[in-house]
Order: sequence, then C-alpha cells, then structure tokens
Amino acid sequence: MTAVSHSFFICSQQKELTSKKRDEFEDILEERRLSSDLRYAMKCYTPVIYKGLSPCKPNAIKSAVLQSEQVQYVIKQLAKEMGESPDIIQEEAMEILDEMGHSMQLGAVRFFAFTLSKIFKQLFQRVCVNEEGMQRLQHAIQEHPVVLLPSHRSYVDFLMLSYLLYTYDLALPVIAAGIDFLGMKIVGELLRRAGAFFMRRSFGGNRLYWAVFSEYVKTMLRSGYAPIEFFLEGTRSRTAKTLTPKFGLLSIVMEPFLKREVFDTYLVPISISYERILEESLYAYELLGVPKPKESTSGLLKARRILSDNFGTIHIYVGQPVSLRTLASGRINRCPYNLVPRHLPQKPSEDIQEFVSDVAYKMELLQIENMVLSPWVLVAAILLQNLPAMDFELLIEKTLWLKGLTQTFGGFIEWPDNLCARKAVLSGLTLHANIARLVDGHVVLNDKGLEDGAVGEIVFKRALAILMCATYRNQLLNVFVRPSLVAVALQMTRSFRKEEVYSCFSFLRDVFSDEFIFFPGISLKDFEEGCFLLTKCDAIQTSQQEIYPTDKGSVIVSFLSAMFKPFVEGYQLIFRYLSKETKEAFTEKQLIPGVRNFVFQLLEKGNTQCYEALSSDMQKNALAALVQLGAVKKKKIVETLLWDPATKFLNSLAGCFCLPLPFGFQSFSQGFDKQREQSCLFLIEGLLCVLE
Amino acid sequence: MLFLQFLGFGFFDFPKYILNPNASEQELLKWNGWGYNDSKFIFNKKGQAEFTGKRYRLGGMVLPTFKEWIEKTFGASLEHKTTSRASLNVNDVPPSIVNEEFLQDLRATKISYSQDAEDRVFRAHGHCLHEIFVLREGMFKRIPDIVVWPVCHEDVVKIVELACKHNLCIIPFGGGTSVSSALECPEEEKRTIVSLDTSQMNRILWIDEKNLTACVEAGIVGQDLEKQLAESGFCTGHEPDSMEFSSLGGWVATRASGMKKNIYGNIEDLVIHIKMVTPRGIVEKNCQVPRMSTGPDIHHFIMGSEGTLGVVTEVTIKIRPVPEYQKYGSVVFPNFERGVACLREVAKQRCAPASIRLVDNAQFQFGHALKPQVASIFTSFLDGLKKFYITKFKGFDPNILCVATLLFEGDREKVLQHEKQVYDIATKFGGLAAGEDNGQRGYMLTFVIAYIRDLGLDYYVIGESFETSVPWDRVLDLCRNVKERIVRECKEKGVQFAPLSTCRVTQTYDAGACVYFYFAFNYRGISDPIHVYEQIERAAREEILANGGSLSHHHGVGKLRKRWMKESISDVGLGMLRSVKEYVDPNNIFGNKNLL
Repeated sequence: MTAVSHSFFICSQQKELTSKKRDEFEDILEERRLSSDLRYAMKCYTPVIYKGLSPCKPNAIKSAVLQSEQVQYVIKQLAKEMGESPDIIQEEAMEILDEMGHSMQLGAVRFFAFTLSKIFKQLFQRVCVNEEGMQRLQHAIQEHPVVLLPSHRSYVDFLMLSYLLYTYDLALPVIAAGIDFLGMKIVGELLRRAGAFFMRRSFGGNRLYWAVFSEYVKTMLRSGYAPIEFFLEGTRSRTAKTLTPKFGLLSIVMEPFLKREVFDTYLVPISISYERILEESLYAYELLGVPKPKESTSGLLKARRILSDNFGTIHIYVGQPVSLRTLASGRINRCPYNLVPRHLPQKPSEDIQEFVSDVAYKMELLQIENMVLSPWVLVAAILLQNLPAMDFELLIEKTLWLKGLTQTFGGFIEWPDNLCARKAVLSGLTLHANIARLVDGHVVLNDKGLEDGAVGEIVFKRALAILMCATYRNQLLNVFVRPSLVAVALQMTRSFRKEEVYSCFSFLRDVFSDEFIFFPGISLKDFEEGCFLLTKCDAIQTSQQEIYPTDKGSVIVSFLSAMFKPFVEGYQLIFRYLSKETKEAFTEKQLIPGVRNFVFQLLEKGNTQCYEALSSDMQKNALAALVQLGAVKKKKIVETLLWDPATKFLNSLAGCFCLPLPFGFQSFSQGFDKQREQSCLFLIEGLLCVLE
Repeated sequence: MLFLQFLGFGFFDFPKYILNPNASEQELLKWNGWGYNDSKFIFNKKGQAEFTGKRYRLGGMVLPTFKEWIEKTFGASLEHKTTSRASLNVNDVPPSIVNEEFLQDLRATKISYSQDAEDRVFRAHGHCLHEIFVLREGMFKRIPDIVVWPVCHEDVVKIVELACKHNLCIIPFGGGTSVSSALECPEEEKRTIVSLDTSQMNRILWIDEKNLTACVEAGIVGQDLEKQLAESGFCTGHEPDSMEFSSLGGWVATRASGMKKNIYGNIEDLVIHIKMVTPRGIVEKNCQVPRMSTGPDIHHFIMGSEGTLGVVTEVTIKIRPVPEYQKYGSVVFPNFERGVACLREVAKQRCAPASIRLVDNAQFQFGHALKPQVASIFTSFLDGLKKFYITKFKGFDPNILCVATLLFEGDREKVLQHEKQVYDIATKFGGLAAGEDNGQRGYMLTFVIAYIRDLGLDYYVIGESFETSVPWDRVLDLCRNVKERIVRECKEKGVQFAPLSTCRVTQTYDAGACVYFYFAFNYRGISDPIHVYEQIERAAREEILANGGSLSHHHGVGKLRKRWMKESISDVGLGMLRSVKEYVDPNNIFGNKNLL
C-alpha cells in the first residue's frame, strides 16, 4: 500500500514537472540563426572549471599516467612474467597512450563550433536544452569531478553535447570513443583534438592496455581535468530502445571515489531525444544484416546529401547530477579497499560489482525518465498495430487517446498545449514521409519497393519499413513496459489471482531482461508499479488477492499487450529455431543468419507476421536471456565464443512456446525447478492466447 | 584515567589531585572547563583577547588579532554571550547510595573516602564536549556514589576485594583527561559505583640507574613525574599534550602516545613491567627484562584495557638522562602536499627529530591569530620583513602555505648535525626555515590551545578534536576528505556559519602518520547543538574509516567509539578480548563499559 501511495505521490508531482520541463527548454539554434557563426566560434571562451583543478596540458596527463604507480606496477609485472625488459613494455604503454590519448586544442574546438553551427542549422529545426539542467551542471563541474552519461542514438550525440557545453561556457568534456573512429583519417584526428579519446572495442585480456586505459581515465577524473563523457549503452542503440548498460567504464570512473581519492563524483544522466534519427535507415539495414559501412571519411562525405533533409527537433535534457557518495552511502564494505595498496589492480568484490550494476541501471532509468517523446512516436505505435493501412481520422483519434495514456504512465510528450491532434499527426507524417504517407484518407507504410519485385524483395522492403517505424514506437516501450507486462501476464494466465499474474509477470521480466531496462532485483516493485499505473487509468481493479480488468479497461489491456506482441512472438520464433534447427554448439555469427533465414522463410510463406524477429538486436537479446535462464551455455574455445544449447531445457522451453500443451508440459517437468516450470506454463498458455 | 591528548578547544581536565581530606590541588583546577582556574582566555576591557595567569609563556599577554580571527572564522560576535552557571548546584546531584556494611568494611581499612557531591561530580566525567556542556548547563544522570583514595598497591588490593565481596562497580580515575566518554558512569548501573582515584599513589618507588628504569606508582601525573626524575637527572621523555594533568596509569590504560615518541617511544615501548590488581588477583611478570618470548605479551592485554580489567598500581618505566640540549625549529612549505611529502621523506630516512608536526593553512592562521602584541617596533618591523620575504619574494600564498614545527633533543653537536639534515630535506620539498621562535610558539600553543574551547563555549562556539593514524599514501586524501565531510555535514545539519575544519600531522612512523583534526562551529540558531555536534563527529569518524584510517591512534575507544570496534578488529578479535574480560572479571566489577 505504501508503495502505491508513494508512486501516486510521484505521479501527481509528475504533472507539474511535465509542464515545468516544457517551460525550461531553450532553443540554442535560435541565437545561431540570428548572429554570426564566425564570431560565435571565435568568442572568448573561459569555461567554468573544477575548483581543485591545476591546469595542465594533454601531454602532461599522458606522462603522469605513464609514471603512475598503477601503470608502472603492471609494467614490472609483465616484464617479469615475459622476461622482457621493462623499457620495451614501457614503450608499448607509450604507444597505447598515443593511440588513445586526446589532444584537446581550442583551435579544433573553434573549428567544430563553426562547422557544426552550419550543419546543425541545416539539419535540425530546433535544438532544445533545459536551461536549469545546464545551471546545475555548471555548479556540479566546479564542485566535484563530473561524469556525463548521455543516451546514445546517433553520432550526433557527442558532437552536440560538446557543442552545447561550448555554447554555455562550460569545460569541454573528454569523450570515450570507439577506436574505429581512428579509421577515418582526418576526422579521427580532428575528433581527438576536440577531446575524444579512443578505446579499443575489446581488451579484456590485455592487462597493459587495461592498466593504461583505466589509469588514463582516472587521472583525468581525479584531477578534475575535464568532465568525462561516455555512453553507458556502449554503442548507438539501433532500435532507439535503451540498451542494457556496459559496466567497464562506469566501474573505472567510480573507482577514484570508492578508493576515496576524490571526495565525491557527480554522475549526470543526459537524455538526448531526436524527433527523427539521422541514421534511421542505416540502422534498419544493419538490423537486417546488411553490414554497416565502416566509418570512413569518404562515407561521411557521401552522407552529405542528408544535409538537404529535415530532421526536426532535438531535445537535450541534462538531468540532476547524482552524487556517487550519496549512492554509496551505507552500501560499501570498506575493507577490500583498506587492506590492499590502492595502486594494485584488484578485481572488484561482488558487492562492488552489484553496486556498479545498480548505479548503471539507475542512470539509464533516469535517462529514460527524461526522454522527450514526439507525437510521431505515438503515431508509429498505433500504426504498427494497424497494418497495412489505417484510416486517418481514426489514427488521429487513437493518437489523442494514446497521448493521455502515455502521460498517465509518466511519459513526457512534446506537444504544445494549443496544437491540435490533426496538425501534430500531419507534421509527424511530413517529417517522416520516408516511413509512412497519407493516401486517400488512409495512412500507409512506405513498404513498396519495385512493384514487381520478387517475394523476398517485398518481404525485405516491408521489414525495412516496419523496423524503421518500430524505432519510433520503441521510444515508448520503456515507459510502458511495466503496466504492459502486467497486461500481457493477465492475458496469458487468464487468471485473476494476483499471485499467478505476478509469477507470470516476473517470468516475462526475466525473459525480457535484456530487451527492456529493469532495475535489478525489484520484480515485485515493478509489478506493483505496473498495477498501480493500470489502476490509475482505470484499466484494472485490484483487491488484496485479485486483479481484474474493468469493462472499459479491455481496450487498454489489449492495446498494451499488442504493443509488446512483436517481442513475445519474436522470442517464440527464436526459441523455436534454436530447439528445432540447431543441434550443436554455435557461434553468434552462425546463429544470426540462421534465425534470419528461418524467419524470412516463414514470412515468405505467410506463416508469421512477425517482421521484427528479423532484427539482429532482438536475436541477440533473446540469446542473452536464454543464457541467463540457463537454457544456453556460453563457452569459450580459442578466442571464439560458442553458445552451447542445453538441449533438453531448450527443447522444453521451445516446446512450451510452440507446441501443443501436453508435450511441452511433459518434457518440461523433467528436471526443472517447479517455479520456473510453472512460470513457463503461464507463458505457453498466454502465448497461445495471444496467438489466437 | 585516560589521559588523552586532546586539544582542540579547551579542555583537559582537571584534577591533578583530588584529595578529599585536603583538597588544595583540586581547588586549583576549573570545575567546568579545562586546566587551571587562573589560566584562561578572556576579552579585556578594551575588547582585546588576553590570556590570564602566569603559568604559561602566553600568560598576561594581549593577543591583538585574536578577536578578529574569531569573528571572521566563526561569525561569532562578542555581543552574543552564553555563560556557564557559576558553581555546581549540589541539589541537582544524584544522591550517593552506598550500603552501610561496605562503609563499615571500608572504614576498617583506613582508606580515605568521600561521598561529597562535588568530589563525586568531579570524577563523573572526562573532557568530551558533551561532558563539559553538561557541567555548564545540566547534570549527569549517573555519577559515582563514593570516591576512595588508596595511597598504595595494598590499599587497592583491599578495595578490589571489598568490591568483590559486596558486588560493587569500580571505575578507576587518574587524571580525568579522557576524551572518549571513558569516565562516564553507565546510566543503567544499579550497583554502588566506586570511583577509585589513584592520585595519592604518586611516589617514585625506586630508580635503577644501571638499567635506566624507574618503578613508579601509577597515580603520578606526567609533569610531577618529569619534575621528580629531573631532580636525579633523568626523564621518561613521555610527553602527551595532556601531561600536565594525565597520569601514568591512564597512559597505560589507553595506550598513550607522547609528542617525543620518535626518541623515547610510545607507552608500549617505555613500559618494562606492570602490576595490576584485578578481581582474579594480581597480574605481573616475574622479571624486568627488555623483551621476552613467553607467548603473547600480557602487557598488551593491559595496555588499552581502559579500566575494564583492573587497576594498574605500579609501573616500571624506562628512563633516560635529561638531554643536554634542546632546539626548536620551523619550516614553511608552499602547500600542505609538499609538507606531507617532506614528512614522509623524513620518516623514510628515519631522521625524524624528537617531534615534527605539520599544520595546515587554517591552523597556521589560527596560530597566527594567537600571536601576542609585539614589544617593540623593531620586532614588528622584522616580522613584516619576514612576511614580505616569504609571500612576495618566495611567492608563497599566505592562504595556502603551511608550517612544520620541529623539536630537536640530544647532544649539542648531534642536534646541530641532525638539524641540518632535516632542513636539507625540507629544502628539497620547497620548504623555507622559519625560525626557532615560531617552532617554540607552536609547542607552547599545544598546551594553551586546550583552554580556547572554554572561551568558545562562552560565545556559542563548540569544538572538539579527534585523531587517527593512517598509511602514508592515504594521508592527503584522508585529510582533504575528512575536512570536506565536516564542512558538508555542518551545512546539511543547518549550521549557519562555515565551521573551522582543520588538521595537522602530529607523528610520523615508518608506515604512516598520526593525524589530528580540529573542528569547531558557531551554533547560534541550532536548538540542540550537542546532538548536531555528535552527528557530525560520527560522520567524520565514518569518513576516516572509509579512507583507511584507524578508529584511534591514542585517544582510545571508551564508550564514544565502541560502535566501530567490531569493524575495526573483526568478530573473532572482539571475542578474544571478551574472553579475557570474562576470565579476569567475571562479575564485571570493573563495569565502566568501555571498549567492548
């Protein structure tokens, strides 16, 4: 009960916040459209910096890193183990540093300030920033070392963020970038001078690299040299759905505080929302397995033509800086840090790992909370449930309905008070004319390639359009996921008993743990929140023991479960493929084309409508879920990761999903714990119900 | 007992002797504050600060800049004054409850005792802030019921036997300078509480010049011990900041540390033999040797036992010839980091002088504010010149620089050699020699500083000091973080003026250092300042532990820091101590509830 009243309090606050949030936004391009970009680029730039900072050059940092006890220790260790001279290894460390290190220069920054002004004005109508967030950031930067944690949807993210900090006269961040940028000759160097430093994609086994890299980051953080920026998601989300966090860099930036080398560290979640994502079609191709073009300068130049296109508005919400000290208070056992010299590399204890993971999820949830949703996101969600075509008037009506629902669930929609629904939908359609258009009073997906293409061609085009459209619907999912999984669980269990519904909810939450962002270990709280939100929009009523949909609620419940249907069905297809089509261990490289072909054939034959199962993102997430559930095991054989299906379990699981009930039940009950078995049974029944 | 080198602001306590029958010594000391009655900071008619009395070098001098410093640092104003009540209100004092049979037995021993309210209140506390606050404005809930004054070991044996027979609680009392709530009586103690005052056991029993040892009764106070040994040309060299008032037995009971431990060692290095009376009997060794391998050293059960096991009655302690020559010194460093690096190097080369201390900038300014009015234009001109040289010519920022004070001791020639070695190291870390005078003043302030808390209390400023020990590599981080934590906690708790939050490194060791923090704030506008103060102090201790510092370097645990004992020494470690207590004192006669 307290949980409910608590969330109610939050929700009533949310309304106020929502309108406040809207007021806060300022368009930074407005000023750019009025005054000289050149003067702007050459302005006197005296940024606000950390109070304890003793200014130093990028090269001084590099040599401090090289001379640090941490790096020297590893060098000596390696020298001893490999029987090499420490000088040679030191040389190697120097090379790593040169490859990685940024060399921020004001000149390069000014160059970017100028060119990006030009480019951004071309591409975007507005770039809106919450001013209050910038002020909070300004205070934070002076007080403690700051880590900027933006969401990652586009390459524009980090350019935009640096541009923003320059505009507001704040210290420019140093940015962890993938090493692949260095492949782009001039651009790589230019980014380096604008503050990017480069990390290899995988260096788990390389102790020297790890030591140099982590010390490099920590040295900059400890000295408050500059805000450190990286992406928790690790890479651009191709689906616009927040990716599950990566922990490596986060644990590096948390370490100086945990070892008390700094008093505190601020983590600043930043939500960057695009009305239209620059890379939208690239992503769709990529998800369908058409390889992503390598970053190259010429590729970038080719991308010039997009300059003539319109990408709408960007919203950047700089969240409240979160004090790591406050997060850690009372959680951390001090002993591991007190009993070992601080410069020795030390594997984080389990409770530290858990803490890092909790912090990562918390920050991502904060990012999600402050994402700005455009009306088009609502349109996309509705459209995907009404393919191939939908009556325009109905669409408007539905959009308005969904707007209300989204707001009830705490989503923040950028929808000016006086804007009528028709206009909102129309402007979305205009901006996204490549995805859908209005034909004879109906809105249809742009899924026709050449009219006379082969069946395969048609399926591909259609998949492309659906995936692009899904990119926008996806922006709603993390706001909707808790009430929706309750709705799905209600349909699956066909029971009103709270306990059963919860048990199914909890299973779904586990299965989709890589698909959506859930704070670890609070299944019950999530369930309660889902129930609370459904109650709030009158979709269900609850008593002590039971949950029932209201008469009016069935519309909401079925809309919500339909929204998540592609995931339920998609996972089902993938599980089926794994249990039927694979016999031995496989690599990810084998799996993905395998599933893709499997689903493709089903689509061609018309045996399924689940185009989203073609998405490599979903395939990877499903695989990760199976690993977590123990249905598939990960093995490492000579540098290659293999996944080994625990055939029996997998068979049962897939069986549960796909085959008539008795078989699934039988094989399933042989050897899995009761609870999981039950949860799976819910899933089977539910799936059958959804599939009807 | 518990002497503790407290500092901070005022305090230390009283009593040197408390002889009930002729209480002349007790009367020399303040009843509600630190030290001697005649010595205190006051504001004179002109509104200038002045230190009264003739006991200290600062006595009778006017401190022209001190008032301004107080106003600037704490936002305190002379117009807002709060005064302690003038004397103890005897009617508030909890009654003495002692059973008549015990009194009869006690009288038979001829040991002097008292049930007088003032005598009992006097021994009901140490010098923690909350204790002084209670004296000024309230009353303790539980105090000793009776005070006894044994004059020798045998008296103590009799008292402990009687206590066992009548099931009483004994709380040993030495100099009363505890700053760990060690002397507070447990409120829930239902038995009669006997305060066993050791002050009358204050003789040097013998001096052994061949082996350089002396056997001394445990009640002797530091300054008397040194004075009496000096008559024979010897010293112990053990000089905790509280040495004017703290006792030998208290040093043993708390694992004390002295300012000159670099030459003479801490109490555990000085002690050769200990005799202690426990409910189980007397514990001692069979010989007085420099070292023995006979299982774990039983002295280490006694040292730091904080009055929970028994009463230390006699101690054989190492003595040294009084040094031929003493020389003070001081060094200015451009910043605290360089100063710490220099101390670390000195420790590494194992050439630390008798004492070496490094104060941070805030404390340097504090010391500066305590500079007396200069006698002549010439001195003032010289001071100005020095200041010009350091700040303008050498470019030291007066708001960042910090100062180390030094004390050298030994043969004249060796001292001069030693001095050069230390100054050479200091130069490498950007240090500038800043004269003997500054050094000497620094050490004199050590004793005087304790009086300042009483002045602060009159003007809504409360403060305290606390200490820790920490490995060298964490010294800087710990100092910075703890100071910052104090500032933040004050802000969060609604303290309206920024607090004084400052530190100094007071001892160097091979593997680390001892760090002292001073912390004081203006509590105007806060309804429960003591509670706020305690919350902040607790947060600061949490911060110390999180930064790899110890629970205490030499103040001890008492009741104030008990909550962290398990974390400090592990469950098993605590169990080991408990089992010793259970064996030695199964009926908890020594029931002061310290430590465990």
